Amino acid sequence: MSRTLPARRVGLAAADSGGWVGLRGALYAEWTKLRTAPETTWLLIATVVLTMAVSTAAAAATRCSPGTACPVDVPKLSLTGIEFGQAVVAVLAVLAIGGEYSTGMIRTTLTAMPRRLRVLAAKAAVLTGLVLAAGTVAVAGSLLAGRLILPGHGFTAAHGFHVLSLTTGPVLRPAAGSVLYLALIALLSLGTCAVLRDSATAVGVVLGLLYLFPIIAALASDPHWRRHLEQIGPMTAGLAIQATTGLRTLPISPWAGLGVLAAWAAGALLAGGLLLRFRDA
Amino acid sequence: MSAGVTTRARPGPPAARAGFGSVLRAEWTKFRTVRGWVIGMIVAAVLIDLIGLLAVQAGIGCGNGRTGAACLQPLPTGPGGEAVTDSFYFVRRPLTSHGSITARITALTGRYVSGGAAGPGLPGGGLQPGIQPWSKAGIMIKASTRPGSAYAAMMATGGHGVRFQYNYAQDFPGLPGRLSAASPRWLRLTRSGDLITGYDSADGRHWTRLGAARLAGLPATAQAGLFTTSPPYMKVTSGFGGSNGQIGPSLATGVFDHVGLSGGPGGRWAGQDIGANGPAYSGPQIGFGQAGGRFTVTGSGDIAPVVPGTGPGPSATIEDHLAGVFAGLIAVVVIAALFMTAEYRRGLIRTTLAASPRRGRVLAAKTVVAGLVAFAAGLAASVIAVTVGVRLSRDQGQYVLPVTWLTEVRVIAGTAAVLAVAAVLAVAIGTVLRRSAVAVAAVVVAIVLPYVLAVAQVVPAGAGEWLLRVTPAAGFAIQQSIPHYAQVTAQYTPPAYFPLFPWAGFGVLCGYAAAAVALALYLLRRRDA
Repeated sequence: MSRTLPARRVGLAAADSGGWVGLRGALYAEWTKLRTAPETTWLLIATVVLTMAVSTAAAAATRCSPGTACPVDVPKLSLTGIEFGQAVVAVLAVLAIGGEYSTGMIRTTLTAMPRRLRVLAAKAAVLTGLVLAAGTVAVAGSLLAGRLILPGHGFTAAHGFHVLSLTTGPVLRPAAGSVLYLALIALLSLGTCAVLRDSATAVGVVLGLLYLFPIIAALASDPHWRRHLEQIGPMTAGLAIQATTGLRTLPISPWAGLGVLAAWAAGALLAGGLLLRFRDA
Repeated sequence: MSAGVTTRARPGPPAARAGFGSVLRAEWTKFRTVRGWVIGMIVAAVLIDLIGLLAVQAGIGCGNGRTGAACLQPLPTGPGGEAVTDSFYFVRRPLTSHGSITARITALTGRYVSGGAAGPGLPGGGLQPGIQPWSKAGIMIKASTRPGSAYAAMMATGGHGVRFQYNYAQDFPGLPGRLSAASPRWLRLTRSGDLITGYDSADGRHWTRLGAARLAGLPATAQAGLFTTSPPYMKVTSGFGGSNGQIGPSLATGVFDHVGLSGGPGGRWAGQDIGANGPAYSGPQIGFGQAGGRFTVTGSGDIAPVVPGTGPGPSATIEDHLAGVFAGLIAVVVIAALFMTAEYRRGLIRTTLAASPRRGRVLAAKTVVAGLVAFAAGLAASVIAVTVGVRLSRDQGQYVLPVTWLTEVRVIAGTAAVLAVAAVLAVAIGTVLRRSAVAVAAVVVAIVLPYVLAVAQVVPAGAGEWLLRVTPAAGFAIQQSIPHYAQVTAQYTPPAYFPLFPWAGFGVLCGYAAAAVALALYLLRRRDA
């Protein structure tokens, strides 16, 4: 039995070696897992379709009759579907790690790749790539729908509304920002599920974090409380990136808002990474 | 082990033949023996209370360094127990238990402040001409001059024709159209004991009875006379990212002649500004003049129930203390979905269905257990949130609009019922999808997201109302404690107001749950487990 076994699988061999080769192996493994999980494709399609459908419905339901003042933020309106699409993205991200816990696959994964932080980093990277791709399609489709529908409903450039073209700065920021927003939601969800190790609970917690801040802010009687809640809520702050009008009255400036969401995502990933590193799987 | 021992059958037949009771007991045992689910339900209840009570803690000051209970401004309450605005100018004389008052009103004009400064120092007091739709001038019989006392009144209004109103909440229409010197309105109230009847007429000869009011406990000597009042000017422009309200005080002037009062000791007409602490204009214009048989009465305020946003000070509703229900709802949905999907994950469903092959019973037992547990947790939490929250609010100087005990029970039990129905919906969707994460997301998005979009004003007001009609979020209408009054101008928007009646909105949520249960039943029977 002195014969050494050839390392048949690239992933296994790579995982044991350090550096970039190991990370590449981990990325390849996570990409294979996510690609072959049946729900991934469906959830990505659902993200695109539902985002575009809700955005189109919002654009179709809004009209501005001539001669009236319409306080409508056109880029934000045509990206309404993000409010819906983010829930699908959250499910996708939660299942990326929660699915492993529910089937016990996580033990195999960590046996094959004992460097746990690398596993989480690889998951985050693959997931971010997928969500950025799906988000780009969803945002582009939503803006296209808005561009086709809204001028017919009175939102024309002649009345001072933005033309939904990606080459103009005021539209580029909400569009690119919304794609980044979806990616950050995915990272927040991934980190949360790494902490909680249960998909259903993680989805509940993530949706709670997203939806409860605007509700409690709307019900709060004190305007200062309302403003503070909107400044720290991941969704209320993060979606400030979509605003193009009334920037002075926003509770938080667009990029700072996206920064708040990034801080939430970083915090969740950090907590998830530390617990994954030091806890039994 | 002796050979004489026989193995006895277990007491009771197997669950399959034992009926619904055993299936129910089996499901209850499954629920209560999973520690995480029991803890989760407790967490749901604690979240409802914590968030509900924290939302109250927003500190409220009212100037002069006063905070807390010192700021509490109790409002007068009407005979029905509701908080009322009772602020108007009254030109009155005593009236005994049998008598009547008649007057002809020939003009009703108004002035208002459209935001900005107002006061005697400004040209014209900062006022511009214009009558409010619910400016009122007419005749009234009132138990006393105490704000909130019982009354019945006939009046001409700025935009809603002649009305017969009594005890703040009751409103009946009479002659339509605007009055002018060319087409005046005749108004009459007759009193017989505690029964007041209202009539109107275009010519003073042919009278039409509009309605009658029995004012319980009307004293033998009541007050009768002429009154004028005018609610604040209000203009609301709503759009994306919020609505802007413009509000300013207004005043109205009514001109009367042919004033006749029978059934009193007589004497001089006395003028009095009743309850002048409301959202009223105060200035030298308020008062009355009498020249010959002609009375000119100018007043400001309103005689109507208080709805959220129209009171003089900060006021809250009892359902404001239930903001935590959304957090509790998410926890309940997670547990209820897991209650079903965990069976699929562990393969326990095959054992369950082997033990009780009638699959409909299993589903029914699961929905009953999940619904009842959610109802119990929700009820306990809502009772605490409302009773403790209302007390805390008052200590903070926040006036809580009073409601009848029946409404309070409906709001509290209704909140628990919304949680129960959401749990049933989650069990059903969990059966359909068999994946916990997807089921949780689907139910939370269906119930909570429409509410977020409507309440946080992400979508325009019209679209938001539509969402609260047709999505499961309509169920939160059961929490609305103060009704919509047609005779009160206010911003009737969520979260204080829902487009559907409380039980109708709850019915929409139940309809979704019933449809989901039907689909779950169909699929559970048809599919392999």
